[in-house]
Amino acid sequence: MTTKRSPEPLLWLLFSSGGMVAAMLVPVLLFLFGVAFPLGWLTAPGHDYLASVVSHPVTLLVLFGLCVLALFHWAHRFRYTLYDGLQLKRYRVPIGILCYGGAIAGSVVVALVLLRAI
Amino acid sequence: MPESITMEVWRYRPERESEPTWDSYEVPLRKEWAVLDGLNHIKDQLDGTLSYRWSCRMGICGSCGMTVNGEPKLGCSTFLTDYAPGPVRVEPLHNFPVIRDLVVEMGDFMAKLPTVKPWLVGDDEPDEDTEYRQTPVEMDDYKRYSMCINCMLCYAACPVYALDPEFIGPAAIALAQRYNLDSRDAGAEDRRDVLASAEGVWACTFVGECSVACPKDVDPAGAIQRYKLTAANKAVRDLLLPRGAR
Amino acid sequence: MSQVRLYRPPVSLTWWLRKPSYLVFMLRELSSVFIAWFVAYLLMLVYAVGSGPGAYRDFLDLSANPALVVLNVIALAFVLLHTVTWFGLAPKAMVIRLGALRVPPNVILAAHYGAWLVVSAVVAWVVLR
Repeated sequence: MTTKRSPEPLLWLLFSSGGMVAAMLVPVLLFLFGVAFPLGWLTAPGHDYLASVVSHPVTLLVLFGLCVLALFHWAHRFRYTLYDGLQLKRYRVPIGILCYGGAIAGSVVVALVLLRAI
Repeated sequence: MPESITMEVWRYRPERESEPTWDSYEVPLRKEWAVLDGLNHIKDQLDGTLSYRWSCRMGICGSCGMTVNGEPKLGCSTFLTDYAPGPVRVEPLHNFPVIRDLVVEMGDFMAKLPTVKPWLVGDDEPDEDTEYRQTPVEMDDYKRYSMCINCMLCYAACPVYALDPEFIGPAAIALAQRYNLDSRDAGAEDRRDVLASAEGVWACTFVGECSVACPKDVDPAGAIQRYKLTAANKAVRDLLLPRGAR
Repeated sequence: MSQVRLYRPPVSLTWWLRKPSYLVFMLRELSSVFIAWFVAYLLMLVYAVGSGPGAYRDFLDLSANPALVVLNVIALAFVLLHTVTWFGLAPKAMVIRLGALRVPPNVILAAHYGAWLVVSAVVAWVVLR
């Protein structure tokens, strides 16, 4: 049966996990590094301390999971935004390649950047 | 309270006009009158050519679905006084082809519904003496989904159905879940090919408006999300486990 | 049966402006773009930290650029919309049982917010310690 080999369940699981980790982790990180430190509301951590946090294996693992799942979350939602918002479902093949291909390429970049931080 | 209210009614008479128009009628505003009573007044007293469907007048037959001031509603359960001083704009249900005035063509749903087998599927031929006992807790699992009256308000509220008419849609999936979650049913695997297809639950983007529109509190959006989780779990099992262990 | 000429109402390209709830849905879906932006921003930060104190200082200077702050404030608003709507919808997909009892949806909702609070506090503690 074709439906049983459909990639949709796997893509949906990636989307859901990404949505959950993004909901939990992104607001605080974006608030700190995107708003609170730049505006001087809080003092940004020094380089040596932050470097030691970032190179810790647990941090690397969390950041890798967060970034990769968040990218697949984006890919899935953005695909449907193009289908529904712009009524582009007739272009589903190029849209799928753009979205999931983008997420895969992004994941490679994530891995390279994080490996460099070790 | 004013004595009357203006009803603006969407008209489409295919033998007369190629594009729909609006007609306005003044109807008495009474506190016990629903939109359907207003339409009945128009048809009896003002304009006998108006066409619409209705039957029970008590929110259970599901015939009088229509769009009232932009929202999908049952005409019999939507009161004119809630729209005073008016006007009240009455249109056919959105997302369906219109046959005439407020009468829409629902053949699409009627064709999709049996594909999800909305009936109890047995393991084998039942023995005459077999009782199918069910505890109240087991019944709670599906009772909510069994309240559907096929009124089509959820399809009218669903933008995904508007954009992709192949989508099986909220009510059909909720009704499939009504049987999937019934302890007496053994048809979940039969329904899976349709429900877990691209035009089944995976087409839904969880706008959630179907559950807002539902006059019977069926919560089709919840039914669809639950099935996504079920289908995803099954797919992972299919992928990881050998056939015998599923 | 005689042929009936059906009227098929067109779907407008701006259908999501017709109702406030449709608009919120569209904004919720667009939040994914800002989540992707956050991933890019986080990678810039990690890259800068890995490149040494000078690069990290350059990143902090860049992040204080008003245009970038405005972008991040907008992104934060969308990310918060994502979090609130995500938690709001999660109890619909989850049915959790304790024995014969079904955990009520608002308990599942409260658990999500509780977990969010704890996770945010731990992250803030690790970053600010």
